[in-house]
Amino acid sequence: MAGSIEHPIALGADREQVSLPLLGSVHEWVVTVDHKRLGMMYIGGGLVFFVIAGLQAATIRLQLAIPEAGIVAPQVFNRLLTVHGTAMVFLVGMPVLTGFLNYLVPLMIGARDLAFPRLNAFGFWLWLFGSLLLYFSYIGGDGLYGAGSAPDVGWFAYAPLTERAFSRGNSTDYWILSILLTSVGSTATAINLLTSIFCMRCEGMTLRKMPVLVWLAAVVSFLMCVALPPLSAAQIMLLLDRFLGAHFFDTQAGGSAILWQHFFWIFGHPEVYILVFPAFAFANEIIPVFSRKVIFGYSVMVAASCAIAIISLSVWAHHMFSVGMAPAGNAFFAASTMLVSVPTGIKIFNWIGTMWGGKIRFRVPMLFSVAFLVQFLIAGLTGIMLGVAPFDWQLTDTYFVVAHFHYVLIGAIIFMIFAAIYYWFPKATGKMLSERLGKWHFWLFLIGFHMTFDTMHFAGMRGMPRRIYTYQPGRGLDTLNLIESVGVIFQAAGVLILLINVIRSIRSGEPAGDDPWDAWTLEWSTSSPPPEYNFATLPVVRSRRPLWDLKHPEDPDWKYE
Amino acid sequence: MMMKRWLLAIAAMMASATLAVANDWGMGDANSKIPPSSIFSPVSTPASDISTLAFFVLAITGAIFLIVGGLIVYSIVRFRARADDDGREPPQVYGSNPIEFAWTTVPIIIVFVLILITARTIYTVQAAARPPGAIAVRVIGHQWWWEFQYPELGIVTANELHVPLSDPKNPTPTFLVLESADVAHSFWVPRLAGKTDVIPNHKNTMWIDPHQAGTFLGQCAEFCGTEHAMMLLRVIVEPRGDFQKWAAAEKQAPVQDASVARGRALFESTACVSCHTIRGTQATGTFGPDLTHLMSRETLGAGVAMNTPEHLKIWVHDPEEMKPGALMPAMNLEQKDLDGLVAYLATLK
Repeated sequence: MAGSIEHPIALGADREQVSLPLLGSVHEWVVTVDHKRLGMMYIGGGLVFFVIAGLQAATIRLQLAIPEAGIVAPQVFNRLLTVHGTAMVFLVGMPVLTGFLNYLVPLMIGARDLAFPRLNAFGFWLWLFGSLLLYFSYIGGDGLYGAGSAPDVGWFAYAPLTERAFSRGNSTDYWILSILLTSVGSTATAINLLTSIFCMRCEGMTLRKMPVLVWLAAVVSFLMCVALPPLSAAQIMLLLDRFLGAHFFDTQAGGSAILWQHFFWIFGHPEVYILVFPAFAFANEIIPVFSRKVIFGYSVMVAASCAIAIISLSVWAHHMFSVGMAPAGNAFFAASTMLVSVPTGIKIFNWIGTMWGGKIRFRVPMLFSVAFLVQFLIAGLTGIMLGVAPFDWQLTDTYFVVAHFHYVLIGAIIFMIFAAIYYWFPKATGKMLSERLGKWHFWLFLIGFHMTFDTMHFAGMRGMPRRIYTYQPGRGLDTLNLIESVGVIFQAAGVLILLINVIRSIRSGEPAGDDPWDAWTLEWSTSSPPPEYNFATLPVVRSRRPLWDLKHPEDPDWKYE
Repeated sequence: MMMKRWLLAIAAMMASATLAVANDWGMGDANSKIPPSSIFSPVSTPASDISTLAFFVLAITGAIFLIVGGLIVYSIVRFRARADDDGREPPQVYGSNPIEFAWTTVPIIIVFVLILITARTIYTVQAAARPPGAIAVRVIGHQWWWEFQYPELGIVTANELHVPLSDPKNPTPTFLVLESADVAHSFWVPRLAGKTDVIPNHKNTMWIDPHQAGTFLGQCAEFCGTEHAMMLLRVIVEPRGDFQKWAAAEKQAPVQDASVARGRALFESTACVSCHTIRGTQATGTFGPDLTHLMSRETLGAGVAMNTPEHLKIWVHDPEEMKPGALMPAMNLEQKDLDGLVAYLATLK
């Protein structure tokens, strides 16, 4: 029974290659309900916004390179930081990561598509048009007041700065509606993923035999279903405040500014895990394959992820240590925050356990994964510092926090997104990405990342608050800020090389074959790119690594699991 | 050719960046006389409690970083695929319960210690009792400046908080009650204490007991709109006697100087009075800073410029030049009137 999985059959290659006129192929993409096409559209769209929001960040760094620079006006700067933050979370992180899950989950569970393909398409288009609304605010935000343009209230939009009295025009309304739409789209995706994972696994794939990535997709979807509604609710309340004269957050009429903070962070903290779990998921697939070893401690890995998800729902107020909570409240949220580090530590140890005794191949996806491990370790440790409430009274709202969350969002998540791009690009396109350009991309981005974000910790500890459009000379911040800004050049060069690499490979990349990395999960058993229906016959599996069983009939996994 | 064009473009960009550097209105020189506001050079009990705790946490996290980082580096070096690899897969290890148990238990113990020590500092800072000699200050955050009221001393001032040096044997700490007139702000002077948010409809408290005289820089730490970056503040810590002298001077109404009567008349007859107060005159506005002793302050516009008559003229003429977005409108006075008005303001010592 060792070979009970159907042998790879590449029916996609048999299809007649009809070259459609441009309009026809665009039409094909617009009307598609195929999870792979939607996944790639999510990733592609997210990367476009990544470049735009990245250029906005570069402008921010240009303004802060020297003290008292006048490159952009204060209000323009505030718009830049708001749109950069909002876009990177909702227009880049969410779509790219859910795009990967969209693409991979059905392939990994041996299904032909997600449970609700049309809902999937609906979610994508909601996301796309919601995203466009955010940038449309640059044109339409003016409203009737001549006061607006893009939102300038910060990505967490603390009340009452967002109320009519302080935010005139329609820019804040665009911010609300944009996120409201993308959130509904994300919730739809989450329901879709959960249903698919629970109902559409192939024969033999019990819950305990799912790849860890699929487990994490389920955990993420659960978190999305729980965490996004409070945000949507708060945004609807804010809309009521702004248009119908409600007073939820309107402090001038007795509303509560702190209520908004609770609503936002009840969403906001799980959101961090919504973004970082897919990164963990990629690491869980990539590190074993390039270490040539099975994942160490599968059940513990899964349990740790569930534990993080559950604890993460009770830590939100660590974003609010300075709002003047009672000592007991501060102590509770400090304790729950530090508790998260236990299961998180377990994950890091298990990844080391996976590499231990392996034969590690340093291809580009693995390079990014190793950098991820170290950077995520640092992000976790600075997270503990921020969890120590009194330490946080000093560090919160400074560049230390900016450094910490960019270590998570870039050092962990973007690095793993890059790893995932190099790892699964051959599957999605049938072409390999250049290893040489990939290494250039890796080293340039690594150097730039550390120049920019390592130094920010020190700026924060020297009293530099976040979100300031300039700082005065003579405060010991000049050199640090200059180094931070120079780092941007390296990061931009790295991303440029990635884009060149992708375009070159699509045109003339080396053919990848079905299984270029000698990997073990089901997506590598079908052709590259997979046919629309994924598998000619649905696979049957007996272990977590069906392709390992196939390749090593003398020593199959199912004997040990 | 291409190269040359690029170089030219870069040179042009750099030149425009240099031109874009605005005047710092004398603040750079003034700042460099004050040590950087590092959270690790505390001069007040809450800040030193935090700094001590921070060093402890840094030591623990530093040790964890060295151990775990070391393990990562060791495993990627030791277990890298070699050039002479035989191509066989390494032994597959599926996990180990004793090892998992070990690396779950040890972090739990560390976290437990951290939680206890954190809770202790939370309570010592937040639940500190207020001794009888304490000074009370009401801090009111405005877009984008600070109002300081001393209810017991009958003083109202702005942007520069004067507090007495606190002697550990006979402590005279300052207890601040924080309120906001508009949006959320945050009061932060790193060398004196951690930050506490200044939230409308929500009173917060914090305290400091500086044991070193000098000027300490701080600023608003919660994004509060256009000029958040220039909502600066300075705390001036003085020995007891100097503080009392300052307080006594602040309590006096300003001396009426006949030579600037025209400026005073101008002040009282323009829109100035609807936002500013000068005690002993008809100006009783409360929207902007109290100007009764304007010239006793080192800086203007919440720390955006040094407080000199020349800078005052620029400020009164059009605050946008120094602080784009500031809520004070340009006064559009004729030069003669501007000179007269600023001559009057300059007497408000």
